[in-house]
This record gives sequence, structure tokens and C-alpha cells, in this order.
Amino acid sequence: MSEKLVIIGNGMAPGRMLEHLLEQAPGRYTVTIFNAEPRVNYDRIMLSPVLSGEKAYEEIIIHGDGWYIANNITLYKGHKIIAIDRTAKTVTSDHGVTEPYDKLVIATGSVPFIIPVPGHDLPGVLTYRDLDDVQAMMLAAQSRAKAVVIGGGLLGLEAAAGLNAQGMDVTVLHVMPTLMERQLDPAAGYLLQRAVEQRGIKVITKANTKAITGNGKVGQVELADGTVIPATLVVMAVGIRPNSALAKEAGIAVNRGIVVDAGMRSNDPDIYALGECAEVNGQVYGLVAPLYEMARVTAQQLAGNEKAAFVHMDTPTKLKVTGIDLFSLGDFAEGEDRQEIVLRDAAAGVYKRLVLKDDRIIGTVLYGETADGAWFNDLKKKQTDISPMRDTLIFGQSYQGGAPLDPMAAVAALPDDAEICGCNGVCKGKITGAITAKGLTSLDDVRAHTKASASCGSCTGLVEKLMVLTIGDKYNPAAVQPMCGCTTLGHDEVRRLIMAKRLKTIPAVMQELEWTTSCGCAKCRPALNYYLVCDWPDDYADDYQSRFINERVHANIQKDGTYSVVPRMWGGVTNATELRAIADVVDKFEIPMVKVTGGQRIDMLGIRKEDLPAVWADLGQAGFVSGHAYAKGLRTVKTCVGSDWCRFGTQDSTGLGIRIEKFMWGSWTPAKVKMAVSGCPRNCAEATCKDVGVICVDSGYEIHFAGAAGLDIKGTEVLGLVRTEDEALEHIVALTQMYREQGRYLERIYKWAKRIGIPEIKRQIMDDDAKRKAYFDRFVFSQKFAQVDPWSERVSGKDKHEFRPMASVGFAQAAE
Amino acid sequence: MNWVSIGSLSDIPRRGARCVDTPEGKVAVFRTADDQVYAIDDHCPHKGGPLSQGIVHGTAVTCPLHNWVISLETGKALGADEGAVRTIPVRVEGERLFIALEALASRAA
Repeated sequence: MSEKLVIIGNGMAPGRMLEHLLEQAPGRYTVTIFNAEPRVNYDRIMLSPVLSGEKAYEEIIIHGDGWYIANNITLYKGHKIIAIDRTAKTVTSDHGVTEPYDKLVIATGSVPFIIPVPGHDLPGVLTYRDLDDVQAMMLAAQSRAKAVVIGGGLLGLEAAAGLNAQGMDVTVLHVMPTLMERQLDPAAGYLLQRAVEQRGIKVITKANTKAITGNGKVGQVELADGTVIPATLVVMAVGIRPNSALAKEAGIAVNRGIVVDAGMRSNDPDIYALGECAEVNGQVYGLVAPLYEMARVTAQQLAGNEKAAFVHMDTPTKLKVTGIDLFSLGDFAEGEDRQEIVLRDAAAGVYKRLVLKDDRIIGTVLYGETADGAWFNDLKKKQTDISPMRDTLIFGQSYQGGAPLDPMAAVAALPDDAEICGCNGVCKGKITGAITAKGLTSLDDVRAHTKASASCGSCTGLVEKLMVLTIGDKYNPAAVQPMCGCTTLGHDEVRRLIMAKRLKTIPAVMQELEWTTSCGCAKCRPALNYYLVCDWPDDYADDYQSRFINERVHANIQKDGTYSVVPRMWGGVTNATELRAIADVVDKFEIPMVKVTGGQRIDMLGIRKEDLPAVWADLGQAGFVSGHAYAKGLRTVKTCVGSDWCRFGTQDSTGLGIRIEKFMWGSWTPAKVKMAVSGCPRNCAEATCKDVGVICVDSGYEIHFAGAAGLDIKGTEVLGLVRTEDEALEHIVALTQMYREQGRYLERIYKWAKRIGIPEIKRQIMDDDAKRKAYFDRFVFSQKFAQVDPWSERVSGKDKHEFRPMASVGFAQAAE
Repeated sequence: MNWVSIGSLSDIPRRGARCVDTPEGKVAVFRTADDQVYAIDDHCPHKGGPLSQGIVHGTAVTCPLHNWVISLETGKALGADEGAVRTIPVRVEGERLFIALEALASRAA
């Protein structure tokens, strides 16, 4: 009969402890977990990338639901334990579940410290602790309003960067003179402040918060010196304290945290504590590496190894803000018995400082370039005498012993016991050993087997280098299909980073995302141009040289180098004047072919490029604008005659088609978008094989999407039924905007929908009114900049160079 | 060589091209992102696509018809495709651009 193990809390520390325990003593315990948060175990360190939009929640889950089932673990989500009965050996949750235990592990973590200033309890004051906080912040950020972050430490700065990336105007208040003063010396703190400010985040140091005020909710923050900062969101990130109240009530010894011995056992021998709530040898911990060490020790104890003991260790600090590289370790205070080596490179924004005592490293601060952090950490840990390499020590490992400046060689030169992953305490030998012994070929495999780079991910580059060193070409780094040969990033990552890092030009994207070519290729440039047009409609200047020829000259290139021209006929409706104008143009320019298209338009083929502006001028006289038949954008809305003429028609399908087309023309999309509106289920407009279609019925409008009738043939999916024409328009526009924001360049709606999932699209567009409205508003905003007729622009002289030869030379009369 | 003036550098957009009409057909004159100028026949070795209409990247152009990538320096198709287009000498004097017309004449001969 197995023993009953109950765990209170489901954070990273107990999660890791269970992994060890399942490995060391499988089947020994029946495990039950109570989690006050209503979810599984996720990587709390990665909340900052979630906040900044660089990662999604799904990507930071450590143990999915399946893991608990597979390991036969009972997980109570959203159950907070309110009492421990040590005599009866039971725990009781706020939902009334009582569970007996043989061994109990308390892992209640920490609670954020709230400064007790007046107004700290107003709505709009948040902390930064769990996913709920992040979601609340992201919601608040949608208003694009002002935020104040109180606390200029690790968490505060990550929160500020995240909110800034979400488009908020952010001010950081820090009570000390320099940022992150516990991890950084003033020089590095200054560089950090400058980098933070360069991102548009305001920083006020020596800021003493006096009160948070407002009318029923947060309105402004007042400082002791009288400064008033308007804010609709205040995030308190001033520190954490161990969450030990429950243990204290149960009569367990508590000091700052729950007091445990080196074996993580409290004064009740059947009760252990680990994580941020535990106090070992008078110390409490907040960084993940020592917490994982506690997890390892607790698991060994529970598995029967009573000798396992926790030993204090220094842990390097890294800031997880994209684009700011910072590393800090150990003791860097000045002292008479200490010496320091400093390197500054102002132009490159690099600052490095090593603090030495008796020719040994005791502290390191690296800013701007942190690749040697692991090496300095190794020297410090081993207490290596650095006097032989003192002159070049600060330049890093590559400079020692005349070794070449090759990062690969530097990694190869690391000893087997050099620590690669600080979070999980994984050394080089363990990684290379696992790669060889288990035949690992992907980064995910290495993470699964060794945990290296599985937490904060900042050592991913090192781990990848080790994989290359160990297995060479067999290492396949590309889990995602890269956009093109110019980058290793996939479309989704590029898009997310464009938003997260607020990149607004193609050169900025290529610089910041480390493109391997100087100006891209014919695959990535049009894609990037689309993403930037879509994401920054008001800021981005469309780069015509990055558009395919058809979109550059607003006509369709044909096999012989001539062009075809399709004027817009709203909803497929035309009249005698328009037809006469077309006939005149055909005669005047001797256009060899005129054809009716599948989208109910008239196509004139075989026009010389030089003639295009003149053709457009004549068509423009008759009121025609571009039909965008060449665009990755809204092409046509095909209609039937509907209730105006048809004896079966239920609604004005022609009118709705024209309305949709007039609302949406000019918008750019990942791939072409063709629509149709049919007036009854007989569906004469063939709406059920379109990107978006409407079938009118007596009770309203049935909206369809994700059809295809090209390379693939696919009937549409039903989005839903709406009652009015206004609603139909709003839903269709919102759906299109969702596709515009999420679709990969050249990915048609049906492929995007398959990737995202029909239910998710329905949920966002049909069920979530706020989301639909937000999509709709963003589309409307972007249309302000998109609805300009490209033909009339060119008739007026825009891009003249496109339509005439540069010169004519070599002919008898032209020879010079 | 018979250098013929065809216009100035600013006539051509960066990462773009313009055409020059000659007795032997169109010549495409390219300007790269870093202001290097190249001239090649405006005729893809694959199916005759107008290379001047393609997207210019680095010192190469991608044909608008079937995405062949042609080196502006050598006129040769890059990657797995095989074929070449004639290159025409270009001289840049300050802003002024010249191409060598004799190259065209000898080709006609």
C-alpha cells in the first residue's frame, strides 16, 4: 500500500520535486496536489515574455493536464487549503475537500509585498505574480493609457518593459538612486536606466510614493516631493515575502519563512516545505536555481535518502527583457582588500566589472555583452587563481591562451563541470553525455532529458552550440519552418517580435532579428512589408521596392510582360456609361482581349506598361477605381440579384455585397480575399467556396468562411447567424482583421483557420463581443490609411519612373 | 568601347531598376541598396520574363514570372536553376550613368 503524499501549491518547485520523486521512487506515493490557481504548472519565469507578447501562455506550460493523468496524480485546481490538522493528519480546502496525508509538502510560495500607502487597495492597483496578474495587465494595456510601476528591481523592470511593449505609456518609480541596486553597481545601473529610457519608459529614481489617489479607481500617483503622475494602472513590484501564514496557523515553526533544516523538513517530521515559502539556514530564496535545488533535496528525502542536504549557492541574475543583456553574480561591493577590473565601451554600450579578492573572482557585473558570464561563474565557483591571465581576463575566455575568437571554440574549451544552465544547475558534461548516450538530436529532446535551457531559456545558444559540437550536422535546429533563407525565425515569431520590439521598418526588423542577408530576398521582403503595413498602419511607410511587381504597378503582369487591368465594379454591378467607357478604352489602346472574370468583373488584357497611366486616366474619368485584382488584399464581393429582383431572394444581397466592398476595399491581407453574398440558400453567388461568404435567409445572415476553390477545393465553415446587415458587416470585418493580424503571408483564410482552429475563431468573433469590437475598430483605423485609389495617384504622377523607359539609345538618330 | 549616357543614378530607385530601349531590345539597369549599378538584358533565361520588374535583393534580382534568381554581377541563374543572361558594362561618373553600346553592337554581329 503506497503512502499518501499531499502537496499544497503547484508552482515550479513542487513540480520539479515531483519529477525527481517519480524518477527515484516510482509508485511509492499516491500524490494529491492542491493548487490555489485554477491551472496546471507553468513556467513563472516566462511571465515577462507573455506580458510583452513574445510568448503565449500555452508555450510556458511545464506540465499539461496529460502529465498529471499519466502519472496518476490528483490535481485540485482552484482549491486553496485553509487548514492543516496535524493531529488527524489532514488538510482541508476552501471548497470543503478534506484529504489525509502521510507526508505533507508545503509549497505556498510567496506573496507580493504591497506598500501600505493610502489608495493601495484601489481598483487598478495590481501586483506581478501570476498569470492572473499578467492577464489583468494585458487587459488594462488595451486602453493604451498610462501605467506606473512601483519598483525598479528585476520584476518591476520586466513588468514595465512588458507594458511598454503592449503600447502603454509607462513610468517606473524606484526608491533607490539607481535601478536594480541589489544586483548592479551604479555604473551598470546607469546604463540600464539609459537603455530602459531609450525604449520610451520614464524612470524616476529616489521616488518616494506618498499616495495613490483617484475617484473610485486609480487616477494618479503622488510622490513625497509633490510630483503627481497620472496613471490608470499601478503595478507594485517592490518585493515578495514568503507565504507562511497557513503553516503558522497550524503551529509549525515560522520565522521569515517556514523554518526547515537542510533536509527541507520542518519541526513536524512529516511536513516539508520548499520554494519561496521555505527558510533554510536563515535564508529565503526567490531565484529558480536554489528553488530547484530544494526540490531535488526534498525528493531525495521523500525517496528515503536522509543524507540529502541543501547547500547555499550564489545565483547569477539575468534580466529577461529582450534587447537588454545583463548578468550579475556574487559580491561586488568595493573594499580595501578587493581589486577590480573594469572594461567600458561607451559606443557599444558595454560595461564589465570583475571584483577580485586574493586573485580570485568574487563578483561579476556584465552589461551589454554577457556571453562570458558562464565562464566567470565557473572561475568564481572553482576559486581559480586568475593571476596568470589577469591582463586579458576581462576580455573573456576567447582571449585566453591565444585561442581564436570563435564562440564555438570557447564552448569547446569549457570544462565538463562548467555550469551551462544556471536555472537548473546543469553542467556541460551532463548535457553532452545525455546527447551521446540517448542519441538526442533536437533542442526539445535535450530540454526534456536534462532540463538545460528549459526554464528562462537564456542559455539556449550555449546548449545549441554544445549540440553542434557533440553531433555536428545531425543537430537540426529548426523546429519551426524559417520564413526564408535569410533568417531562422518562422513567420509567427517574426510577427510577434515586430509587435513586441515595436519594429517599424524593414531595416529595423532585419537588424534587430539578425537577418543573415543585407537586404533580404524576394520571399521575406514582401512578407515583412505586409506585416509592417498591417501592424503599424499609421507609422509605416509602404516600401514599394519590397512589393511584387503587380502590387507595385497596380496591374497584373502577363507572360509576355504586358499587363491586365480590372476596374472595380462594386458587387459586380455596372451600367451603360461604365461599359461605354470600357469600350472606348479598348478601342483607343487597341486592347487585344476583353474577358469577364470569375469574380464578376471585366478584365482587359495585353496592355503595354507605358500605357497604364493613360488607360487609368480614361477609366478614372468614368468613375472607375482600381479593382485590386492583383492584390494580396480584398479582391471582389460577388453577389446575386437578391430580393430586389429574384422571386426567391430573402434579403438585399446585392446591396450588402456593395456595402461590404465599399467598406473593405483597399485593405491588404496575408493572401487574396474573395467574398460573395447570396440572397437565398440556392446560393447563386457561390458563397460557400469563398474566403468569406454570406447566405441570406429569412431570419438574417448566415456568415461563412474558410472556403477554397483553387488548388484545393473546400466548402466553407459556418461562423454563425446574425440578424441584421450591420451585424453581418461587423462580424465579417472583425473576422478579416483577425486573419490580417494572425495569418502568415501568402496563407489563405482556409489554411489559417485550420491552423488556429474553427472553434477558437468562432469564440473570438461570435462569442467575445469586446474582442470582436476591438478587431473591428483596428480594421477601421487601418482603412483610414489604406483607402486611397492607387490608379488616380499614378495618373497624378506618382511613381512616374515605373511607367517609362529611362532612355532610348543606339538608334540612328539617338546616337551621341 | 562606345560609352553611351543613359541618365543619372537618381533616375533609378534604390533596390529597383529602369529599362533602356536599344536596337537589340530592352536593357535593364539596376541600382542596389548600396548604390552599385548593373546592367543586364531585360530577358530572363527561363521564359523571357522582364527582369527589370523583379524584386532586387543584394546583388540579385528575382524574376517576376517564375521566381528565378539572377545574379546582377554575372548574369547567371543562382541556386538550382541553370542559365545566364548577358551582362552589359556600366560606368558611373559622379551621378552620370553610361553603358557600353559596343557590347550591344558586337552581340548583334
